[in-house]
Order: sequence, then structure tokens, then C-alpha cells
Amino acid sequence: MILKRLQNLPRWADPFDETGHLRQLMSDLGRRLYDEPHAGVFPFLNVSATKDHYIVRAELPGVKAEDLDITVTGDNLTLSGQRRILPEEENARYHRRERDSGRFSRAVSLQGPLDADKVTATLKDGILKVTIPKADEAKPKKIVIG
Amino acid sequence: MSDILSEIKAREKKEVAGKAEQTKPGPVFTPSVDIFETETALTVLADLPGVTQANLDIDLHEDVLSIVGHIEEDREPGENVLLKEYETGQYIRKFTLSEVIDQEKIRAELVDGVLRLTLPKVEKAKPRKIQVT
Repeated sequence: MILKRLQNLPRWADPFDETGHLRQLMSDLGRRLYDEPHAGVFPFLNVSATKDHYIVRAELPGVKAEDLDITVTGDNLTLSGQRRILPEEENARYHRRERDSGRFSRAVSLQGPLDADKVTATLKDGILKVTIPKADEAKPKKIVIG
Repeated sequence: MSDILSEIKAREKKEVAGKAEQTKPGPVFTPSVDIFETETALTVLADLPGVTQANLDIDLHEDVLSIVGHIEEDREPGENVLLKEYETGQYIRKFTLSEVIDQEKIRAELVDGVLRLTLPKVEKAKPRKIQVT
């Protein structure tokens, strides 16, 4: 299982932490050199955020809700499950077989804290959408000057 | 049962190369398919995640079968992208069929982003005994 840290989240930068900056540059360069925009683990994820919640989407055609497990532990979201392809008639002659079946497990690390109790997920037309609310203390607060 | 299943390999979606110019902007992908044949029919299974019934066009013209699926991007207001591992776009795939298909009896089902297209073959003319009188 591969954990992938989100690279572009705003961080409270330490102005004296040059190595951190350098590390970031190297990792960006590495990704550009090898042209690998993903973690190489099924399923690929698209992650976005609004000010209140994270949205994680994945393409899982043919996966049934009962074959999918979604867990949130600390800052991590884990998706695991299986995709089944049922056998066809015995005398079927295959011309092409490009669709995969099997198990999968994928985790992504979000910048917490998360409100694990209020996570919702939908699986529609083969697209999984998980909405993970940020915990109250992680939401931006408007400070009124009195 | 799940112990004997192998892990699914992560594969990038195949973008259509050298495509004819599209009227809609954005990438075009080749969906993964399974195609099998029995005595009576040809069946095509295609992975089309995100395609709804209304956004799917299946066409059989002469002997070219084409499957075209459009995607409507789901975007919430104020959404910022943090990680993008896959792109979304149209799906297009065409096949030339060598069998004669009974156009009237073609069936298409789209369930959970998987299309199942059944193309029944035309029944061969039954042998007819001609009586010489």
C-alpha cells in the first residue's frame, strides 16, 4: 500500500527550513523527469478541497458498493475492495480482454484534522465520490475586528 | 474467495492518438473492452466510468460499430484541485464487424459505468429441402 502525501497543500513554512524547500524542488523535478503524475496504484485518485471539506474521486467501473471499503483513520483515507468480472458462457471465444478484475487497496493522506464521523460516499455510474468534512478547528475562521 | 484474486494493476487511461478533430474540446480516451463471441451473438463490454445513458451514443453503420460516451464534469463551487491522477474526457472506440448483425435485436445495458452490448448474429438460412417433382 502506498501513501501519497499531498504536495501542494499550503503549509506554515519555516523560513529557515532550506532543506524542506530543496526536497520539494527535487521531488517536483523527479516527477517531471519521470513524467509520473500518480502514485502508480489502482485506483487513481483526484483530490480537491473546498473550505469545508475534501473531495476524493476515483473511477471504479463495475465495482459494487458492497465490494468497497472506505475508512478514515487520522489523516488517512483508505479505499479497498475488489472488482469482479463474472465468467461468461463456457463456449464464449474471446477476441479482446482488456478489463481487469481483482483486489485493490489505495490510501491517500489528507491534511487533517478530519471529521471522520461525517464522511459521505456515493458510487454512481462507476465514479466514487467521497466527501470528507474538515474538523471544525481546521476550517478557516473569519476574525472580526471589534 | 478474495484470497485468490490478484491485485489490479494501475494503468493510465489510453488517450486517442492521431484523432480526427473533435467538436468538443478536451481529451479523448479509448475505453477498455472485452469482446467475446458465441454461436449466436457478439458481446462487447466497455468500461465507461462517468457516462450516463443520456450521454452514450452507440451506432452501427454499415459494419462499423462506434461507441461514444461524453462526460459531464462534476465540480462543486469553490473546489480547488490538490491532486490529479486521472483526466476525464470523452470515450470513443470503433470496431469493424466481420459478422452480419441483426440490427433489430441489438441490446445495450449501462450499469455502474460498464456497457454491455449484445449484437445477435443474423440467423443463417435454414437448409431447405427442395423436392423434385
